[in-house]
Amino acid sequence: MQNAVQKPRPKHLDLPKIKLPVPGFVSILHRVSGAVMFLAIPLMIWLLAGSISSQAKFDSYRAFVAFPLVKLALIGMLWAFLHHTCAGIRFLLLDVHVGIELGAARASAKAVLVVSLLLTVIIGGALW
Amino acid sequence: MVNRQVIGAHYGLRDWLLQRVTAVVMVVYTVGLVAALLLAHNAGYEGWKSLMGYTWMRVLSTVTILALLLHAWVGIRDIWMDYVQPVGIRLTLHVLTILWLIGSFVYGITVVWGV
Repeated sequence: MQNAVQKPRPKHLDLPKIKLPVPGFVSILHRVSGAVMFLAIPLMIWLLAGSISSQAKFDSYRAFVAFPLVKLALIGMLWAFLHHTCAGIRFLLLDVHVGIELGAARASAKAVLVVSLLLTVIIGGALW
Repeated sequence: MVNRQVIGAHYGLRDWLLQRVTAVVMVVYTVGLVAALLLAHNAGYEGWKSLMGYTWMRVLSTVTILALLLHAWVGIRDIWMDYVQPVGIRLTLHVLTILWLIGSFVYGITVVWGV
């Protein structure tokens, strides 16, 4: 332990030079997706409000979310939600010591990336 | 033997647990809602409005919104604690986060209960 502490360490962490392993990548994307959804909370409630207020508003909101750019943004939100949820389930499993071995953890991290992207394409495609 | 001094405000475990419990609440609500939408995929506006109008559904939505905001609080606070070192700026960001979440909560409640 003493030796480990005395090892020379990088004093300046150069962000572009840091190469994250896959689990680290999943972890930072979990954080980024969470922050994005935090900012979008009022927008999501606004969309919910429009969808349940009246038939006319329901229709006008459907027209609003039909704009390609709005749709693209919502599909971005869909990915954020799916990634955050998949990565979150993985973290819960890690919490109860399921799959904490290096190999398993790397495999599940890859699975999170692939599954959330696949689900985004499938659900986003179906809703487009 | 691990022999360490435990210091701090002792809210770590409570918040850690809160974040996980609220996460499970949101997943259960989402799975239930998606299942309902799949079962009634051609119900249109009337079906959607009546589903969201049941009192039990409004209660579940309220609980889930509360879970979301508590969950977001722990997560966003962790982000500020990790990246923002100057105490004054961090405190300001904490306060803005709380205001953002309380505002979202009030807005969400008015929408869910149709005020």
